[in-house]
Amino acid sequence: MRHGMPEARGTNHQPEARRVGLVFVSHSARLAEGLVELARQMAPSTRLIAAGGTADGGIGTSFEAVSAALREANTGRGVVVLCDLGSAILTAATARDFLEEDSRDGVHVVDAPLVEGGVAAAVAAESGADVLAVVAAAESARQTRVAPAIPAAKEADSGIRYARTVTLTNVSGLHARPAAEFVRLANTFPAKVTVNGKDAKSLLSIMGLALMAGSSAEIVTLDASGEAAVDALADLVESGFGEERA
Amino acid sequence: MSLDATWVVDWMRESARVLAENRAELGALDREIGDGDHGENMDRGFAAVLAGLETISADASPGGVLQKVAMTLISTIGGAAGPLYGTGLLKASDAAGTETQLDGASIVALLRAVRDGIVLRGKAEVGEKTMVDAWTPAVDAASAAESAGESPGGILRAAAEAASAGAEATEPLIARKGRASYLGERAIGHRDPGAQSTALLLQAAADAARNA
Repeated sequence: MRHGMPEARGTNHQPEARRVGLVFVSHSARLAEGLVELARQMAPSTRLIAAGGTADGGIGTSFEAVSAALREANTGRGVVVLCDLGSAILTAATARDFLEEDSRDGVHVVDAPLVEGGVAAAVAAESGADVLAVVAAAESARQTRVAPAIPAAKEADSGIRYARTVTLTNVSGLHARPAAEFVRLANTFPAKVTVNGKDAKSLLSIMGLALMAGSSAEIVTLDASGEAAVDALADLVESGFGEERA
Repeated sequence: MSLDATWVVDWMRESARVLAENRAELGALDREIGDGDHGENMDRGFAAVLAGLETISADASPGGVLQKVAMTLISTIGGAAGPLYGTGLLKASDAAGTETQLDGASIVALLRAVRDGIVLRGKAEVGEKTMVDAWTPAVDAASAAESAGESPGGILRAAAEAASAGAEATEPLIARKGRASYLGERAIGHRDPGAQSTALLLQAAADAARNA
């Protein structure tokens, strides 16, 4: 399976350059760095920059650090900024305003939960999504807990074109890393695919299903061209993501 | 009568003095409904402003001084107040432009620009228990005083009084912005620290113009 360790930063700028960059702004340096570490597991080729804490290492946000991070994250495809608490958003928005005009427009400061939104944005960026799609992925974190699943029966009425039901066999089920791999694969197909009624291209929706080993997943497409996507995703689930079997 | 760059410099010196003096009080207000660092942050920011005033050129305009102060606050405060006051003072710097003498109308425009910049950055409205609750009555009072023919000093005294009353009037409010908004009704009975620091800053502005 292809889920090796991320390549060392600085040796791999070409792939990074094709992806939207991310900045995580937190009052705590360790929180921002920890989120980079977490997100890198799912987005090894995306430029992820931490901007946490004040210049003297305290709790707060540093305008200089955030400004530098915005520049460093700029791959030319845009930058999405996630923040923890209020003043982090204000600092990020101010730093954005001070950028040169040509780079400012590509920088989006998103008001979304830092960890969930950051991870969702990282996975979207890794899949090559454009900056607005990465913003949408981050913002999807705002409502992951309330979005109801679309009942599978309802889809049956509205014309399933192809479906497969598979059982999770790997020991930890669809936890973060397998879910990210699943979503990345789904994003390589244009067809709309759902898993138990949830969007297969949304990391947070997939993780929200909390599918454990032994759970079954109904992978469905309503698109006439979606068969290959469903098969690829079903095969991936059946492969066990290269993990130990339950 | 008008005010010049010396007034801006005096205003900032007086601000640094009163913020250092009120550091503990602002911190205490912020500990009740926020994260407790407002006194420390404002003191640190204005201490840096004070140091920066030493190197300001003698022929700087009011707008030039305000711009330098704004950048210093944005870089050094490290909490929400940095981007808020910094953006406000940058807008004030724009409003003052290259004028060397600020008459009553220019003073009102300057205060209004600070308020508008803070609203632009923080998206707070009146009644949400923020510094806007001190700035907006201050701007209104300044505008009324100017219409009544008050001198620049009189305009600033009117603004300072209204800001102080506005800060006090945040006490019964529920916070809708910032860390205090997490507290819901528990924020009732506590004065907003940002509104209080605004009252101190505007009192400093009036004191720096006491002869005008």
